[in-house]
Amino acid sequence: MMNEPLLGGMAQTVLDRGEPLLRPGNTNCGGCGMSNLMQMLRRAVADRPVQLIIPACCGAIAAGSFPQSGYGAPTLLTTFASAAAAASGAANVAQLNGEETRVICLAGDGGTYDIGFATMSAAAERNEDILYICYDNEIYGNTGGQRSSATPAGAVTSNTPGGKKEEKKDLMAIMAAHRIPYAASISLAHADDTMRKLRHALDLKGFRFLHVLSPCPTGWKSEPALGIELVRLAVRSGIYPVFEVFDGQRHQINIEPDFSDEALEMYLSLQRRFQRSGLKASDLRPAIDRHWQHLRVLSGRIVPAKRV
Amino acid sequence: MKGELLSANHAAALAATLAARANRFGRGFCSGVYPITPSTECMEFLCNQVIEKGKVVRVESEHSAMGVCIGASAAGARSFTATASNGLAYMAENCVAAASLRLPIVLTVANRTMGPPWNIWADHGDALMLRDLGLIQFYCADNQEVFDTVLAAFRLAEDPRVLMPVMVCMEGFILSHTVAQTDVPSQEQVDAFLPPTRVPQQLGSTPHSLGQMELPRQTEAHRKQHHEAMRAAGAVLDEVRAEFGRHFDRELPGAVVPYRMGDAETVIVSLGTMGLTAERVVDSLRERGQQVGALRVRLFRPFPVADLRRQLAGKKRIAVLDRDLSVGLGGILWSELRGVADPGALVQNYLTGLGGGDVCPEHLERIVDDVCSRSEAGDPVFLEEL
Repeated sequence: MMNEPLLGGMAQTVLDRGEPLLRPGNTNCGGCGMSNLMQMLRRAVADRPVQLIIPACCGAIAAGSFPQSGYGAPTLLTTFASAAAAASGAANVAQLNGEETRVICLAGDGGTYDIGFATMSAAAERNEDILYICYDNEIYGNTGGQRSSATPAGAVTSNTPGGKKEEKKDLMAIMAAHRIPYAASISLAHADDTMRKLRHALDLKGFRFLHVLSPCPTGWKSEPALGIELVRLAVRSGIYPVFEVFDGQRHQINIEPDFSDEALEMYLSLQRRFQRSGLKASDLRPAIDRHWQHLRVLSGRIVPAKRV
Repeated sequence: MKGELLSANHAAALAATLAARANRFGRGFCSGVYPITPSTECMEFLCNQVIEKGKVVRVESEHSAMGVCIGASAAGARSFTATASNGLAYMAENCVAAASLRLPIVLTVANRTMGPPWNIWADHGDALMLRDLGLIQFYCADNQEVFDTVLAAFRLAEDPRVLMPVMVCMEGFILSHTVAQTDVPSQEQVDAFLPPTRVPQQLGSTPHSLGQMELPRQTEAHRKQHHEAMRAAGAVLDEVRAEFGRHFDRELPGAVVPYRMGDAETVIVSLGTMGLTAERVVDSLRERGQQVGALRVRLFRPFPVADLRRQLAGKKRIAVLDRDLSVGLGGILWSELRGVADPGALVQNYLTGLGGGDVCPEHLERIVDDVCSRSEAGDPVFLEEL
């Protein structure tokens, strides 16, 4: 099932990594965005040797229980806040031994935006040779869906019953401010762009950060089969900007949204976490516009958004 | 072998440097370090060394320092770090991980009082807080012992029968900042003593997961393995000591260090530098005709039950010194020692030098007077009550 050609219509080819990175029979929920990501990563990794460093998160559960392994690559499970630190150790040892191993951190938003933030920031500041991927489901998924600083305003979580008041932390801006070689946000609904970014990030040296909006049917209270469609709506509406930043300087917007209220309303209406708080598209639009104005300035590409 | 004037912090760092270089034909050395008084000079010294096939990562916290060590050790390298007090507390979560993943990381601790209220002076409470996590623990009494124990710790930790982190403790300032003549072996001698590090569970190219979920029975089995390996580490330590003597022409002290114990009726038991003060007091009291002996516990985990039972057999009065306090119970060494002393022995606890207070010979003489005047043991006694 894992080998079905569902990556934006791309078939599995001989160029793909033979062993899946995330093996069939893993315990991820149906419709988990991280599962999609791991299939794309499998293709992008191809024959590069990789090691996975995964903190406490859904990814740690996906490793399965001893002695089986849900991952088809050597994997180290670390404490919640330590993925980037342990990856620094592993990456340095690989370097000392002249090995080409790509050390990949796979962490959720809790381990990235919140508890692991200082660790990741320090590893970025040291420009460690790590590919850090944050699969962001905008919630503490493992513990049953509490708010994190990645939870968007208006989302109901198990500990913000009236909807979260505060806006989502702008992590891409923070990572750009670290002036790391490469930071990019990835859309699971745009496979070509994603594959290009994954390959680019795998090939670069130094600290590379990839942000993935990762649908979580369990936490978002959404239909599992609609995950990719939800990402597409998030990109279309402008709520999830897809862009890349080189050396913290050059900003490149990769996918132009249509900023339609239709897409935004659809995005909100397909998730009960927004329905419950009664959030409307018009509530979110000012923040989206503000964010995009800023991105336009940074990218130097003056394509006026519809509603700016 | 050449003598150098070194503080215990520098002695530990120099031993780690020699051990690091000795793994240049293995998978190298990688360490995460972060400063904290009074351990800082250890990491500073390490950061100023040139280590072939070695990397010292200057991280943003003790938690990450051990995190780097975990990643490095899981990738098969030799690894080391140093900390103290609140730094150790902050690191504790990853000490659990390092221990349970059975990674042979060596950690030196310059024992310091936990705060706030802030106090930078010596107290064993920081390291003892971690006694149950599965790290081997040594407590040293002088600079040479710190140097030698750190070197031996790598050999012990990396022994395939042991494979777990080793913590080497020195009291903050009392040892960490005191400069003393220390014999330092050559790199060739260390190369011969320390075989290349081999971490059998290391991440290689075969897919497997380290540290994944376990079911209760599996955890129980792993705890049992860890426990048995820890218990067996005492015997491995004796082998390491024999090898140490063969390579360096000097003796590495064992799990316990007895002093004039043979005919002693009253015994002073302690950890760390207080043990040397106790030896001096034993000498002067014996001149006055008192049958007193001293017993220094160097290895706290695994707790050297058999050695202690042998040494304490038939001893009537035992004064246990603790530079630590398990609040609500008493000294930690005392609480453990009661289980190995003779059932009829009077085992009295004295809380000495908490928060770095000086423990002088006259204090210990008062303690011996006190324990000899008792007909039965009472509550733990604070030094100021004597």
